[in-house]
Amino acid sequence: MIADRINRATRKVPAWPLYILGALPPLWLLWQGLTGGLGVDPVKEMEHQMGLWGLWLLIAGLCVTPLQRFAGIRLIKYRRAIGLTAFFYIFLHLLIWLVLDVQIVSQIIADIYKRPYITIGMAAFVLLIPLTLTSNNWSIRRLGPRWRQLHKLVYVIVPLGGLHFFLLVKGFQLEPLIYLAVILALLALRIRLPRRKRTVTAG
Amino acid sequence: MIRLSTPKFRDRDVTDEGAYLNRRQLIAAAAAGAGLGLAGPAFAAPQGLEPNSFEDVTNYNNYYEFGTGKRDPAENAHTLTTSPWTVKIDGMVDRPGDYQLEDILGQAQIEERIYRLRCVEGWSMVIPWNGFTLASLLDRVGVQSGAKYVAFETLARPSEMPGLRYQVLNWPYREGLRLDEAMHPLTILASGLYGKDLPNQNGAPLRLVVPWKYGFKGIKSIVRITLQDQEPFTSWNDANAREYGFYSNVNPQVDHPRWSQATERVIGAGLFGSRRETEMFNGYGEEVASLYDGMDLKKNY
Repeated sequence: MIADRINRATRKVPAWPLYILGALPPLWLLWQGLTGGLGVDPVKEMEHQMGLWGLWLLIAGLCVTPLQRFAGIRLIKYRRAIGLTAFFYIFLHLLIWLVLDVQIVSQIIADIYKRPYITIGMAAFVLLIPLTLTSNNWSIRRLGPRWRQLHKLVYVIVPLGGLHFFLLVKGFQLEPLIYLAVILALLALRIRLPRRKRTVTAG
Repeated sequence: MIRLSTPKFRDRDVTDEGAYLNRRQLIAAAAAGAGLGLAGPAFAAPQGLEPNSFEDVTNYNNYYEFGTGKRDPAENAHTLTTSPWTVKIDGMVDRPGDYQLEDILGQAQIEERIYRLRCVEGWSMVIPWNGFTLASLLDRVGVQSGAKYVAFETLARPSEMPGLRYQVLNWPYREGLRLDEAMHPLTILASGLYGKDLPNQNGAPLRLVVPWKYGFKGIKSIVRITLQDQEPFTSWNDANAREYGFYSNVNPQVDHPRWSQATERVIGAGLFGSRRETEMFNGYGEEVASLYDGMDLKKNY
């Protein structure tokens, strides 16, 4: 079975190389941006690419549990790396917007509270911070069951990210709608219908 | 300032005979230019505009009929057939009809106009257009006295325009101007840029350029021009009236509901280029502000 084969293949593959791989896209973008490979508007291109990579990884993170539950594919040991890399990309996305794109502090502040899509994007980023800070073994031990509660915030964060994308495009465009649909579907998979009480009859 | 340089023919028209005609038109243009010079501030556009490279101008386009990405038009627009091309001119005109592009260009006085293009998305670039005043074409077809507006329509040919598969906008793309805006000497129909035929991704073979309005007012690949007494349907206004008004004059004081219009990213400035402050009427206020005397530009955005 495919699931067995994947599980066997990944048994010996540790998670740490993902952090190194994760650093490559931003470096590649920076190189492309400096050498003219991103076209005539490199700032927007970098900003969009990093946002998109961040969204992809957040969605990938949401796939881990359903893959295990419905397909038996165990990727849980990579989930922390996926989540932390997603945060890293979204942080870069924000940094590019602040430093290379808008640049003007007063306009940045005005944008954050005046423009719904930016407000939503900022909210999602802020909510990601505690998750990032607690993505380590020490925090898991320390927080106990509260850790799981805290990390359920992703169910809010990822749809906010998808909404952020949907709200910023001009006209009626398909791409952000597809992401939103995928996100909502992944969340729907987590809804547990109230289990029917099993009547245990002795005898 | 606007350079009234050598009138440019379409590339394929440049022959020895063309060169001769070129000289004759050059003299005419020089005379006209001198006349305009005397006319004074009507042509005093922003000083010292440094054009973006041909590369910039032809690889960063919004032309949703070829895709919504900035590089999609450059990749996809090669499929567009621009010859033969007919522009239907109808409505309240004395001489309505289907005008062949060659016929329109043959009688046009082609000039070079270096304008800043300010996109509603918050970026700008400087483009050296080749074109002629819309007024000269409208004069030729004879605008009737009741006409108050000009409506324009872009080609909608699904076999050549892959973007039409998606209802991003209510196709065909349509735009419009008030008659006085249309007759303003800064308003041109462009048939080229950088002395070359207009590349398809820039709206070949004929497009509108209205430098004091946001770029989307500059409708591309025009197939129809209609004179009418009603305010025309415009595509972006139809898509989202709160965000895109009929006038859509560049105005740093009136923000787009989703982003500020106070500043603009300068295309071609590279990774560490800085923003520039957006100017009222994109810097063409001296010439056009009087068109809007007494109008509340916050309401009529």
